[in-house]
Amino acid sequence: MSAPEKPQSSLAKLVPLIGKRVLSSLLTLFLVSLVIFTVSGLLPGDAAQELLGQSATPEQVASLRHEMGLDRPAHVRYVDWLGGIVRGNAGMSYVANMPVGQIISNRLPNSLTLAGITAVISTVIALTIGISSAINRGGKLDSMLNITTLSLVAMPEFLIATLGVLVFSVKLLWLPSIALVTPDASWGQMLRSMALPVFSLTCVVVAQMARMTRAAVADQLDRPYVEMAKLKGVPFSRIVLFHVMPNAVGPVVNAMALSLSYLMGGAIIVETIFNFPGLASLMVNAVTSRDMPLLQSCAMIFCATYLALMLVADIVAILANPRLRA
Amino acid sequence: MTGKLTSFLRNLPASGRIGLTLVVFWLAIALAGPSLAPYSVGAFVDQDVFSGASSRFWLGSDYLGRDVLSRVLWGSRYTVFLALGAAILAVCIGTSFALLAAIRGGWTDEVISRAMDTFISIPSKIFALVLVAAFGSSLPLLLLIATLTYVPGNFRIARALAMNLVALDFVQVARARGEGPVHIALREVLPNMIHPLLADTGLRFVFVVLLLSGLSFLGLGVQPPHADLGSLVRENISGITEGALAIIVPALAIATLTVGANLLIDALKPGGKA
Amino acid sequence: MSAPAVEVNGLVIDVTLPDGTRKAIVEDVSFAIPKGEVLALIGESGSGKTTIALAMMGYSRFGARITADTIRVGDMRIDQLNANELPKVRGRRISYIAQSAAAAFNPSRPIMAQVIEPLLVHRLANRKEAEAKAIEIFRSLALPSPETIGRRYPHQVSGGQLQRLMAAMALITDPELVILDEPTTALDVTTQVEVLRTFKAAIAASGATAIYVSHDLAVVAQVADRIVVLKNGRTSEEGTAGQVLEAPSSDYTRSLLAAARPAIRPSADASEDKVLTVSAIEAGYGRITNGKPAIPVLSDVGFALKRGATIGVIGESGSGKSTLARVIAGLLPAAGGEVCLDGEVLPADMADRSREQLRRIQLVFQNADTALNPAHTVGEILSRPLAFYHQLKGGAAAARVAELLDLIRLPRGLETRRSTELSGGQKQRINLARALAAEPDVLLCDEVTSALDTVVGAAILELIDELRRDLGIATVFISHDISTVKAFCDNMLVLYSGTAVELSRQAKFAGAISHPYTRLLVDSVPDMDRTWLAQRAAVERAAMPGASLKNSAGEALCRFLPRCPVAIAGTCDAMPAPLREGEGQAILCHHTLANLSSAGLAEVS
Repeated sequence: MSAPEKPQSSLAKLVPLIGKRVLSSLLTLFLVSLVIFTVSGLLPGDAAQELLGQSATPEQVASLRHEMGLDRPAHVRYVDWLGGIVRGNAGMSYVANMPVGQIISNRLPNSLTLAGITAVISTVIALTIGISSAINRGGKLDSMLNITTLSLVAMPEFLIATLGVLVFSVKLLWLPSIALVTPDASWGQMLRSMALPVFSLTCVVVAQMARMTRAAVADQLDRPYVEMAKLKGVPFSRIVLFHVMPNAVGPVVNAMALSLSYLMGGAIIVETIFNFPGLASLMVNAVTSRDMPLLQSCAMIFCATYLALMLVADIVAILANPRLRA
Repeated sequence: MTGKLTSFLRNLPASGRIGLTLVVFWLAIALAGPSLAPYSVGAFVDQDVFSGASSRFWLGSDYLGRDVLSRVLWGSRYTVFLALGAAILAVCIGTSFALLAAIRGGWTDEVISRAMDTFISIPSKIFALVLVAAFGSSLPLLLLIATLTYVPGNFRIARALAMNLVALDFVQVARARGEGPVHIALREVLPNMIHPLLADTGLRFVFVVLLLSGLSFLGLGVQPPHADLGSLVRENISGITEGALAIIVPALAIATLTVGANLLIDALKPGGKA
Repeated sequence: MSAPAVEVNGLVIDVTLPDGTRKAIVEDVSFAIPKGEVLALIGESGSGKTTIALAMMGYSRFGARITADTIRVGDMRIDQLNANELPKVRGRRISYIAQSAAAAFNPSRPIMAQVIEPLLVHRLANRKEAEAKAIEIFRSLALPSPETIGRRYPHQVSGGQLQRLMAAMALITDPELVILDEPTTALDVTTQVEVLRTFKAAIAASGATAIYVSHDLAVVAQVADRIVVLKNGRTSEEGTAGQVLEAPSSDYTRSLLAAARPAIRPSADASEDKVLTVSAIEAGYGRITNGKPAIPVLSDVGFALKRGATIGVIGESGSGKSTLARVIAGLLPAAGGEVCLDGEVLPADMADRSREQLRRIQLVFQNADTALNPAHTVGEILSRPLAFYHQLKGGAAAARVAELLDLIRLPRGLETRRSTELSGGQKQRINLARALAAEPDVLLCDEVTSALDTVVGAAILELIDELRRDLGIATVFISHDISTVKAFCDNMLVLYSGTAVELSRQAKFAGAISHPYTRLLVDSVPDMDRTWLAQRAAVERAAMPGASLKNSAGEALCRFLPRCPVAIAGTCDAMPAPLREGEGQAILCHHTLANLSSAGLAEVS
């Protein structure tokens, strides 16, 4: 952005604005924790009973309940749990009998790598598709891309993943159908094993992001200032670059953040299909085994990521908008 | 009436006609499918497993030698009706809250919006997983889970629509006349939201189909002996190496249903696709 | 005599309808403009005036097709240029000034970058030279701080300034032809005059030929040498400005002229009892402390209205006139003061008023497009108040709806139509009929004609005037247009920055004695007289103050002080303005009534 620098006055305006936005995110995150704890920790049946099975005597259950702290009042458990999470101590996994933090820290880097690679590839492709669609509005290219992305958004992830496996692993034998990510794997092996998960995720994310980008750019192209620029004789490429893009930054970044947040949901299916040792497949396991502490932590990480993405998008939008900035 | 229908069809772009055909097809299957099924849904009728298409088994057999066609006809009923029910419920609940928030305004709006913001910050699939872990996944619970997951999204859209309408002069006119909130909500505001709300119901329908079949695919959705289309993909996953019809047909069924619905919604948007 | 600078022959512009047929929106329009002259394209909405103006640049909206025997500007045949050649002409040899500068400026870029862009994209100058030239033009357009104004963003300057900045953008390449598309329509009347004056001078100085698109004949009278009157895409009349304005040959031009100059109606024979009394209103937004809101909009506003009488409430945008209507209707509860109906004090908040009290005061909103619910039919819209206030249902209601349609001169049978199928004038009539259905004692009309074309609006005004006389309804008529208020109202309340500066009876309107602000408003409305602009003295315009002005002792001062041409140093800035009351007139000013007469003012100023 080619904004001239306006140090003090704009800073004085920006800091409270952004500060307010950050606080609001933190408040939402707090409320989210309340929801997750309530739904997963209070409503369902008893975890101690669950762990011990039907044959356990009431005494055994009671003593395990006490051991797990389940006999304490709900609000005490909540404060304890939240305090633990904030300090990085999210409790013990019921099933693995390991600290939740440790299990997650084994998985998190894998998920971040997968998400990172997918995000970079998707953003590049989606921006290209979205912007070229928007500037060719109503043209052949636009309607072709429209139908493609429209279909792709509605495609179940497992269909794309299975088709990918069918074509690239079963028929062509190019890529492994199972993503074995081991710490001692070389970069080449690593990339090969990630190719199919990345491909599947990219398809879904690109479609979503491209559609929203197109909408944001097309909306700007309809504004009177674009007509004015045409009437000044400004070439179209320059209109898009210097007039439309500075105004589209906010909405486009918002579209990117929303689509990337979708990555997390999509990752659940894709990680499971490819046996990818990431956070999402860990969460699915936690659901299957009803491992509540692990489940709660995973859910909190996903929600915090979502909120962080939205926060970044909003801050970018604030910085890009001279009305708010200057 | 027929004249309206033909002019509607004539104005629909090609993609919309394809979408309409697919949606009508799957609705018909969901309604009538089970009575058309050649075999009982759970019967082991083929000695072979993952057999290809034949005159006895039009779409082959599955991993246990059951008729794929029959199972898909039944499965689509679960998929379509669960999704339709959840989408309609989600829109009704979300829109009711939206109208309440928009018309009451003030702290009512603050509280409802803040609560919905909280729920919307939990990505839908994550939220559904937490709910499944907590409540389990019987059919009524799945309906409830899918509904709860998509209420906040509809609320957000409906509230934005309602807020824009409430700011318009005709609502001020009704207020100045002395009309009560119920009249304003139902007679002044809601009728102007019907079209976007129908489109949103369609979108929620697509989302719920994807969510529930995803859950079933993970083994967390519809549980045996019931099976929706997602469950069919899951149970036959071992057939992927041979490209069995048993896995491709239900997967394609879901895709044609959701893509069809999406194409139709897009074509019905005001101003067409452009 | 040399060839005209601009020549258009047989211009046709058509659009493709959804069913594939083509429809002409401009048909066979021809005109010529001698070098350095200003041609005005006059017409109402849908007349094709903007479409024609844009065709001069080879540009059309919504895929409309331009065909012509000739479109010539200087030595260029615009009709023969292709898509690659046209951009080289636009913004360089022909430039455009849009109606809304606020929309036409890119909100994300500093003003300077946008103003010099034509020079840069056409490679006529480097950035440094371009900026120097821009600053020079800013200065000639009387813009404040010309050296630095370019560094600001569009939202940081006022509407009038932005309009001038757009003129700078248009003039920076020394174009042969400048197109001005309703450049002053979005501005307040007092701002319009100065912008008009600078535009006229700047165009004259640049020697460019100009096309001025407008719906306002009086504005055009000040700037145009020639006029083309358009109706439905065809030329209705063409000639020199003097000819068209003074001796129009077409009936259509005559009806436009008549609508622009409403005849003054005699005062209604109002009875003596006061139906509506509004006193000492304080209103605004935010928390209320000691009867004053945090963001005050109105302070100490009051008037009384007799049964069947009208009062015009006038002021610029932001003066609080619409707020006053909302306060009377109870939509915005007043923080202080009283609204009395037939001597009975009404609760401030409409939620506390009885249904009968609500029925007796009806508000007619400015914009019928948004005031009528698009989901309802005309019948539903009109029968709702009948059921709500008068418990009329079924056949009785249907009969009354038909009567109401007769009353507002719309054909019966319209009941089944939705408002979206009606024209602007029809919608506004329905809007009015809905208020009349309540059988109110007081009708609040908020800028009911400002969204309409002049002729349509004039007919609505006639209708309101007639109905209020026949039905004996007291009317509060809110308007920014002082000539309308002068013509239709028995009383006039002038609001400035939320305070009442003058309250007069019709006989006294803009007469010998008036508040300096009223005088400014009256003087800012262009006459049809072509010499009006030249004769009118320049008035320096300061911004309207948002909050009340206070002196060092904390006393509230006259709010008009920053703009007052006749302020007395040591008096106006030292003590609150006293209220001067004369016969049928009350004025908030330091000057005595005698001093406020035209002659008196001439002396002090």
